[in-house]
Amino acid sequence: MSISRRDFLKLAGISSLGIGFSATDLLWENRAEAIDYMSSPKGLTAKRWAMVVDLRKFKTEEDYSRVIDICHHIHNVPDFGNLKDEVKWIWTDTFEHVFPFQKNEYLPEGVQEKKAVLFCNHCDNPPCVRVCPTQATFKRKDGIVAQDYHRCIGCRFCMAACPFGSRSFNWRDPRPFIKRLNPEFPTRTKGVVEKCNFCVERLAKGLKPACVEVSNGGLIFGDLSDPESEVRKILSKHYSLRRKAELGTRPSVFYIIGGDEDA
Amino acid sequence: MYDAWKILLGLIIFLAFATFPFYSNMGKAVAKPDPKLDTPVIQQMKVKQCVESKEFMRAEHMQLLNNWRDAALRRGERLYKGSDGRITEISFQNQCLRCHSNKKKFCDECHSYADVKPYCWDCHIAPKEAKNEH
Repeated sequence: MSISRRDFLKLAGISSLGIGFSATDLLWENRAEAIDYMSSPKGLTAKRWAMVVDLRKFKTEEDYSRVIDICHHIHNVPDFGNLKDEVKWIWTDTFEHVFPFQKNEYLPEGVQEKKAVLFCNHCDNPPCVRVCPTQATFKRKDGIVAQDYHRCIGCRFCMAACPFGSRSFNWRDPRPFIKRLNPEFPTRTKGVVEKCNFCVERLAKGLKPACVEVSNGGLIFGDLSDPESEVRKILSKHYSLRRKAELGTRPSVFYIIGGDEDA
Repeated sequence: MYDAWKILLGLIIFLAFATFPFYSNMGKAVAKPDPKLDTPVIQQMKVKQCVESKEFMRAEHMQLLNNWRDAALRRGERLYKGSDGRITEISFQNQCLRCHSNKKKFCDECHSYADVKPYCWDCHIAPKEAKNEH
């Protein structure tokens, strides 16, 4: 018994249709499963979370260290004690380094020496997300650029892509270098990249980021897409800067510099 | 057959090595894993029930943990509704390990037996176990 070329093609066509239909069936099964998961009603939600850093409120060393220490403690960020291995979620740098094109010799005295508080900018157009080969880093629906350490393969493309140096690599096992372990948050492991997560674990519980809570008004957190939010109100009243806005990553962290009390 | 004795000797040596694990363990029974559920938190529970049935958890906990991870971390959905309708907060370190605080006698017992090495503990902090326990 033989089959003509024409009949064979017909048969092949019909069978591939059948395979297609059985695949859609699988899709339905997966969709049914997703009903079991939901977001907490207590959690804070937004379309685009953003931070305003009011540098006028940062006056003493303690104002900076308070913010950094609480973050690094609750997120189990290690301190290796040397710059080469440094892992950081919040850190500081000089005005000249933070806003290289805004510097000029005639800036008010307080501004020249002022250190800025730095963290991940949670860009609206994040280059780190574009380059990640495993989608370990991704942008959430609320604008937060999150990192899934389970998927991170340590290729460090994101570190090369980030123009702000917001990402750190764990060259060594960080566990022994964590001063006070917070048992409620995981640590990281050797070979993964880490960064600020805008305290997603706290937002899910209805709490604002830890740094905002201890900043005495120096850090303001809110929804950039809501015209009534605190961040939008402040931004509409004060002139603000973003780091390297010309690169087009659209950072969600804004800086109010202000040399004088009411500048 | 050329060099028959060399080939046969080689074969005998190979078989001796290849079958070594079998005859060296013959007749010896390896202790069956016996995971324990006697942690203080579980003992205080009125209804001793995990988020799903014992049978489901035994067979599917690895898949459930993967789904929990993706739901909480990637989709931000941090509540799980079990098949009996109970709602649990999704957190491996703060929920699973709150009850199952005996890693050695709960997790490692079977994982060692089956020689699986899950990398949970590279990052997730194992609960502190009392020295005098077990």
